[in-house]
Amino acid sequence: MKIVVNDEVQDVSATTLATLLDELGYGGARVATALNGDFVPVAQRIQAPLHEGVKVEIVAPMQGG
Amino acid sequence: MSRHFYGTELTSPLMLGTAQYPSPEILGDAVRAAQPGVVTVSLRRESAGERAGQAFWSLIKDLGVPVLPNTAGCHTVKEAVTTAHMAREVFGTDWVKLEVIGELDTLQPDVFGLVEAARILSDDGFKVFPYTTEDLVVAERLLAAGCEVLMPWGAPIGSGKGLNNIFGLRALRAHFPDVPLVVDAGIGVPSHATQALELGYDAVLINTAVAKAGDPAIMAEAFRLAVQAGALARKADPMEERDMAVPSTPLIGKAMLA
Repeated sequence: MKIVVNDEVQDVSATTLATLLDELGYGGARVATALNGDFVPVAQRIQAPLHEGVKVEIVAPMQGG
Repeated sequence: MSRHFYGTELTSPLMLGTAQYPSPEILGDAVRAAQPGVVTVSLRRESAGERAGQAFWSLIKDLGVPVLPNTAGCHTVKEAVTTAHMAREVFGTDWVKLEVIGELDTLQPDVFGLVEAARILSDDGFKVFPYTTEDLVVAERLLAAGCEVLMPWGAPIGSGKGLNNIFGLRALRAHFPDVPLVVDAGIGVPSHATQALELGYDAVLINTAVAKAGDPAIMAEAFRLAVQAGALARKADPMEERDMAVPSTPLIGKAMLA
């Protein structure tokens, strides 16, 4: 299934946001996620299904002013 | 003057941004020299391979300074609100420096979107630090929306121009004597920070002025001392300005030599 992760098209086998993070190698990382622009809390990732073409955002702490 | 923000007392009236430093090591040196009450942080896309964000978070945790996440770069209410939710989860704090940018050349806040986002986030339990202008009416609306702190700009972000509208900042201070006020953005040198504190502002937020100095750690120390000087001056109640000269040396007893 092709989805868009942080603006890059990726072909993945994961069917939920939780398994996607494992598949892409984010396991254990301190990140926050959104699907199609909507925030998905950690506890809901396992129930957040992925669909063809869905836009996933994965963000982490970064320098800021 | 109060260093209490949403019931929390900060150890310093200096808030320091963490962006644009030449290296993580220099950022660490600057934070240690500045001894800020909080450091501001942000969220950006994370690459699973590089994990840059994880390294940054480790550095910030080691510094032991409370964090104030921002919504920098957000131009819509939805973007800002979603970013705030992500930040609350990642950083484990309900404090958020709310930015809704309305204009690219000046990075001026979109005050209409700001008020709307502030209301949504306040209703959702966030403690909002709104990046705003010195406009009194907007300030009233932000307070009505649930904000208990206001962060007016001194000048456009990164411009280093200092306090562009001292009259407006003074009016804001006088109009809201009990609201914690922070000058955010535009401060270029330590004397600007001192001036903000002398005006009765409770804190200043600095980033570029330290990060882009030739020696960020030394500049950070200069700002630490500058806010101390400003806070002490405010506490000491500065003299009133006069239009005409008044001799400071007594004339009584002066020898008649003419």
